[in-house]
Amino acid sequence: MGLPGDLTGAFEKDSASSNKDTTGATRITAGIDVGSRTCKVVLLDENAEILGTSIEKSGIESSETAQEMVTDIVETVGAEKPALDATVATGYGRGNVDFADQNVTEITCHARGLIEQFPEARGLIDIGGQDSKVIKLENGQVIDFAMNDKCAAGTGKFLESMAETLDLQLSEIGPLAKNADEATELTSTCAVFAESEVITQIHQGAPREEIVAGICDSVVDQIMGQVERVGLEPPIAMTGGVARNEGVRRGLEAALDTDLLVPENPQIVGALGAALKAT
Amino acid sequence: MSEIDYREMWAELGMDLEKHDEFLEPLSDHYEDLFVSQDNRPEGMEYFNEVMQNVHHSRVAELKSEKEAGNPVIASFCVFVPDELVAAAGGSSIGLCAGAQYPVSTGEEVLPRDMCPLIKSTMGFKLDRICPYFEVSDFVVGETTCDGKKKAWEILDEYKPTYVMELPQRKSPESRDLWVKEVRRFKDRIEDEATTEITAESLGSAIETKNEKRRALKELYAARKADPVPISGKDALLITQLAFFDDTERFTQKVSNINSTLVNRIEAGEGVAPTDAPRILIAGTPMPLPNWKIHDIVESSGGVVVCEETCTGTRYFEDEVPESGETVAEHIENLADRAMEINCACFTPNEERVDDVLRLAREYEVDGVVYANLEFCLTYDMEYRKIRTALEDKDIPVTQIESNFGESDVEQLKTRIQAFLEMIS
Repeated sequence: MGLPGDLTGAFEKDSASSNKDTTGATRITAGIDVGSRTCKVVLLDENAEILGTSIEKSGIESSETAQEMVTDIVETVGAEKPALDATVATGYGRGNVDFADQNVTEITCHARGLIEQFPEARGLIDIGGQDSKVIKLENGQVIDFAMNDKCAAGTGKFLESMAETLDLQLSEIGPLAKNADEATELTSTCAVFAESEVITQIHQGAPREEIVAGICDSVVDQIMGQVERVGLEPPIAMTGGVARNEGVRRGLEAALDTDLLVPENPQIVGALGAALKAT
Repeated sequence: MSEIDYREMWAELGMDLEKHDEFLEPLSDHYEDLFVSQDNRPEGMEYFNEVMQNVHHSRVAELKSEKEAGNPVIASFCVFVPDELVAAAGGSSIGLCAGAQYPVSTGEEVLPRDMCPLIKSTMGFKLDRICPYFEVSDFVVGETTCDGKKKAWEILDEYKPTYVMELPQRKSPESRDLWVKEVRRFKDRIEDEATTEITAESLGSAIETKNEKRRALKELYAARKADPVPISGKDALLITQLAFFDDTERFTQKVSNINSTLVNRIEAGEGVAPTDAPRILIAGTPMPLPNWKIHDIVESSGGVVVCEETCTGTRYFEDEVPESGETVAEHIENLADRAMEINCACFTPNEERVDDVLRLAREYEVDGVVYANLEFCLTYDMEYRKIRTALEDKDIPVTQIESNFGESDVEQLKTRIQAFLEMIS
C-alpha cells in the first residue's frame, strides 16, 4: 500500500498496526494528518497511549482515504465501540476531512506530538513530502515558525524527483550520500532546473555518491535558511519522512553543530499531536 | 437604467466587453461568498453591497455625465495625491482598479514578471480595457513612490495620458519644498483641464469635505477598538477601498450611518466575533479592490482584523489637511504638509512608521500583527525587519505574509495564518 522508498516503505506490511489490547479503553481519540503525499492516522486511549498507527498514500480523495484508514485501524485494534470520541484533522488536507470534529494546523500538532516524545525539545525541523517547517518552542509552546514558500525546494518531493533523475530509489539516497567523500554543488533550488543541473553533472562524469550528497546539501541549505530566520537553539528534533534520510539528517546535524533528536517514527508526529489535541 | 444601457456605456468608453464580462462575472459570486454571507453584519452595509455589486455601473455613469458637463475626472493610485485640488476645480477624483489577478498576465506583456502585482494589475486593466474608471478619466496621476511605479508611468503614458508627481523620499524641509512645488504644479495641470478656476474658497471647502470623509473613517476605525468588535475586518476594508471610488459627500454620509449603528452595537455589547477571537492588526502594503485575500483567511480561521496600517487603512485618513489656510498658496502648503506626515516606506528614514504600528497595536489591543506585503515590494519588505524587532521588544507576536492577488498560495497562507492564530490564542 505504501509508496516505494523510505517515505512510507517501513509501513508497507503493517499499514494499520496495533500496539496493544484495547478492550479496556474507555475513551478513544484519533489524529489524522493528511499530508500532500501521505496520510497518517494515530489512535490514542484516554491515557494518551498509542493504540495503533497507520500510514498510506493520500491519493486524490484524501478524505475518503482518511475515513477508510480510520475504519481499518479501529477494526485492527479491536476497539469495542466503532465510533471515536474525538477526531482532529491536521496537515495540508485538514479542511477536507469532513468527519473530524476540529482542524488544527500541522504547526501546532507537530509541536504537540513532539513534546509528548521529547519534552526537552526547543526546536523542530519537519521535512515532509511537499513542505518543510521550522518551529521554535519554549516550554512546549510554539513561539515562532517558518515554512517553505510555495515551491518544492527543500522537501521530500525534491529528493524524490532528484532520485528519479539518477534512476535511484528514494531509500538509496541516504546511504549513498553517506559514502561520498565530497559533494557536487547544486545552485538551483527549483526542482526542474536542479534536474537539468544533475543531468549535466552525470554527463560530466561526477560520481553518483557525490551528486547525491550535493542533492542532500541543497535541501540542508534550504532548511538552514528557515532555521536562521527563526533562530533555533538545541535540543532540536527532526520529524517528517525526510528524517529517515541519513544524508539530509547528517548534513543538518553538521550545519547546526548538534545531534538531532529523531523520534522512532518521525512521520506520525503530526497525527500523534492531533490525537492529543482531540480531547 | 437597464443593463443594456450600461453595456452601451462601456462600449462607448471603448472597453473590451467580452473580456470585461469574463472579468466581472465571477466577482459577484465571490463577493456574495465573502461578504453577504457573513453573520450579523451591521445595518447600513446594504449601501456598500449595492456599490460593490454595481461597481462598474452607476458610479461610472455619474462620472461620465460629469465629464460630459465639462468637469475633469482624474484617476490616481496613491494616498499622496491631493484630490482636494480636483474637487476644488469642480472635478471628480477616483482611485484606480489595481487589486485583481485577472489582468496581471496582460500587464506582464509590457512589464517584468518579477515586479509588484499592483502595478502589473493596473497596467493590465488598461491594456485589457476592462476598467471603466481608467477609460472615463481625462488623465492618470502617478507618483514616484517606488522604482516600479515611476518606470511604469512611462509605459502607461503610451496608452493613457499620465501625469507624474515627484514625491520626495526624505522628510526634510528641502523635500517639503519640493512637494509644495509639485502640488502647485498639479494645480496648474488640473486647471488646464478644467473650466473652473481653483479659488481660495473652493479649495478651502474641498479641504473641509475631504477632511469630513477622513473623520468619518476615523470614527469607523475607532469603533473597531471595541471588544467584541462590532464590524468585521472585511467590511471595514471594503468601506476604505470604496472611499477611493465613491462620491465624497455621499460616501461620508453612508459611513456616518454605519458609525451610528456601530455606536449602538458597542453600547449593547454586540459584536461580529467572539471576545476570545484573536484581534489582528494588518500592517503593510495597500489592498486595492477586489483584493480581500488576507482578511478572508484571517477571519475564516477564527481571528478578526481590527485595524489596517496600510494605504487602504490608516495611512489613507489619519492625517487631516489643516483648515487654517486663507489663500490658495496657504492651502497648498497645508496640502503638502499632510502628505509629508504619511509614514510610507518610500521615505528614508521612516522611524515614525514603527511608532505608528506600535501605537495602533496598543490602541486596538491586538493579539498579533500580520505584516502583509505585496510580492516584490522591496521597501515594505525591508521595513519588516525594524517593525518585527520593535514588536518583539513589546512582546507582540508578528508574522510576515508576502503574497499577490492570485489564489495559488491560498492553502499555504491558510496554514501559516491559522498556525499563527493558534500560536497567539
